[in-house]
Amino acid sequence: MTAQTLTIGKALNLGLRKAMEDDAKVVLMGEDIGRLGGVFRITDGLQKDFGEDRVVDTPLAEAGILGTAVGLAMRGYRPVCEIQFDGFVFPAYNQIVTQVAKIHARSRGKLAMPIVVRIPFGGGIGAVEHHSESPEAYFAHTPGLKVVAISNPVDAYWGIQQAIASPDPIVFLEPKRRYWDKAEVDLDAPPDPLWASRVIRGGDDVTVLAYGPMVKTALQAADAAAEEDRSVEVVDLRTLSPLDLDPVVESVRRTGRCVVVHEAPVTLGLGAEIAARVTESCFHSLEAPVLRVGGYDTPYPPSKLEEEYLPDLDRVLDAVDRAMEF
Amino acid sequence: MRELASEPVSAAVSSATTEVVDPVPGAEAPHLPRQDLVQLLTPEGERVEHPEYAVDLDGEELRGLYRDLALVRRWDVEATALQRQGELGIWASLLGQEAAQVGAGRALQPGDMAFPTYREHGVAWTRGVDPLHVISLFRGVDNGGWDPVATGFNLYTVVIGAQCLHATGYAMGLQRDGGESAALAFLGDGATSQGEVNEALIWAASFSAPVVFFCQNNQYAISVPLERQSRVPLYQRAAGFGFPGIRVDGNDVLAVLAVTRAALAAAREGQGPTFIEAFTYRMGAHTTSDDPTRYRLASELEEWKLRDPIARLKAHLSRTGIADQAFFAAVEAEADELAGRIRSGTTEMPDPPGTAMFDAVHAEQTPHLAAQQAEFEVYQASFEGGSE
Ligand SMILES: Cc1ncc(C[n+]2csc(CCOP(=O)(O)OP(=O)(O)O)c2C)c(N)n1
Repeated sequence: MTAQTLTIGKALNLGLRKAMEDDAKVVLMGEDIGRLGGVFRITDGLQKDFGEDRVVDTPLAEAGILGTAVGLAMRGYRPVCEIQFDGFVFPAYNQIVTQVAKIHARSRGKLAMPIVVRIPFGGGIGAVEHHSESPEAYFAHTPGLKVVAISNPVDAYWGIQQAIASPDPIVFLEPKRRYWDKAEVDLDAPPDPLWASRVIRGGDDVTVLAYGPMVKTALQAADAAAEEDRSVEVVDLRTLSPLDLDPVVESVRRTGRCVVVHEAPVTLGLGAEIAARVTESCFHSLEAPVLRVGGYDTPYPPSKLEEEYLPDLDRVLDAVDRAMEF
Repeated sequence: MRELASEPVSAAVSSATTEVVDPVPGAEAPHLPRQDLVQLLTPEGERVEHPEYAVDLDGEELRGLYRDLALVRRWDVEATALQRQGELGIWASLLGQEAAQVGAGRALQPGDMAFPTYREHGVAWTRGVDPLHVISLFRGVDNGGWDPVATGFNLYTVVIGAQCLHATGYAMGLQRDGGESAALAFLGDGATSQGEVNEALIWAASFSAPVVFFCQNNQYAISVPLERQSRVPLYQRAAGFGFPGIRVDGNDVLAVLAVTRAALAAAREGQGPTFIEAFTYRMGAHTTSDDPTRYRLASELEEWKLRDPIARLKAHLSRTGIADQAFFAAVEAEADELAGRIRSGTTEMPDPPGTAMFDAVHAEQTPHLAAQQAEFEVYQASFEGGSE
């Protein structure tokens, strides 16, 4: 087994490199991704090794990045588009929602759109506005798109390769505040399928669901809960569309309690959909309503307030307590 | 070389390829014939005349411009230091762009409205915005503490290019109201690639809106050089939209003032928009998070140091006797005082209360959000006294 301890950032970098080696049609496009290696250095060194035709520093125009990706995909290329920060995907939103998402259906399958849109997402880095958002629900709500939100180096390394190999367009969300988190990555092992959610900690009292940056928070909350003799099961959803709720349903039927955590505002967030589905499937097992922990229904606040805005260990524990006491 | 459609543009471009007079070193602008660059003050501080643009400023006004430039730079240097010491989350330095910003800002009249990006601290200064109200944004306290209406200076816009449409719409409003004012939209060279910026140029032209687009071409959009955004000098883009474009030496405060004043006057008189390309250089990093050594040569910086906007005005004022040592010393002292005020004002700036995020989400608060805020307050109160 070839294993290496990698940060999420480095795992993405190596995963992208591997995908480019495996398939000459893979083209990276984005602002500052070439010479600079991206503002988070995720594409560091790739332009030097693969050339300017395969790692393209684009003009400053997100609609252009996604719109030209459509044309390149029609020619058999596999564009991997980097959006510099979550808040800057919106100039490309039109292309993603009206074109990328629909072309396969409109062409009755004659045109594939194997496009990956990489977006560093979420808050917690003390940034100015538009640099800390969680836009996943907009994309998960769009038929035709698949949405992945990784939480760890293993899924970074393997997930980005699986996403690139997928024939469908994928919005690939990277937890920017966790880019520097490390774990051992097995570079040989066949990975879990991209679409499977994963129970990452066993427990009996409450099932906590999370994805992206909140997975670590959920695990910390589970540790803290254990000290109070509460046994929390944690599921990393990994893919937000399509949702793989089978392990979740199995878990909630056992625990009878479910808490969903995300940074995005609670209203009409992923938690709402999950609560509805879990309730439909587990109605008779539930001891408490499915609870949601998320951002408030306000614009993402200035960074001095982000700690109060973002779900943290205490807010997850608070929800766990409420579920237990219901 | 591809053929260009319109006459004047193709003439300018072809002459550019044959008679390169003085490509600004390091900027890799072989398309820069000097006759295309409005300049009233050479890098050496020599006053020169231009056939179309003139400024006639008295000594006090000239000294005032120097003071603006020096104080704005000191503010910027202090803010960069504060960021390094952990007092600010990030800072977007204007180093090297002081003349472009002060010149443009001083061209505005009180009734005009400026639409900045995130780097126009020099323009903020000319509009009387308190530096601490700008600092508070970069400290993460708010999204800009000033009143856009009272100051005639819109809030900063971080999403590249969006403000160009706002400025155009604002100008259309001025036009409908029969006002005597204009809007001034700021943008960077990178921003010219955005679809929304191009839409703004179309709207401005189609409605002959009283708006001036002031593009600071500082040669880079983070790491991406101008060549990736445009294959023609940026000011020539305007011709394709159907209004005048002009390139000015962005490190020459007099030229910038003259050119922007003329463009704003034309807008106010109903002659429609102008696109100004202020040719300059970002002397610092893109922001304090950036490392420019990864994408540009130190030699480039050295070349541009010779074109410093403040040194040239100082040379001019000294040589002509318009300002003496006592004046420069007084400005220096004032800068020290400003820096001190910025430093203490920053370190003493209170954090906002958590409830601030709910305050102004809607003009009419919703019952749902009010209830959420109440829950938030109860939750926060449950920690009080615990940890502190
Ligand atoms: C829509 C959008 N995309 C990307 C960014 C990230 N970003 C911030 S500044 C910048 C470069 C801007 O370059 P330019 O317009 O030349 O202005 P400058 O920063 O040089 O003043 C980029 C890509 C953004 N703020 N908004």
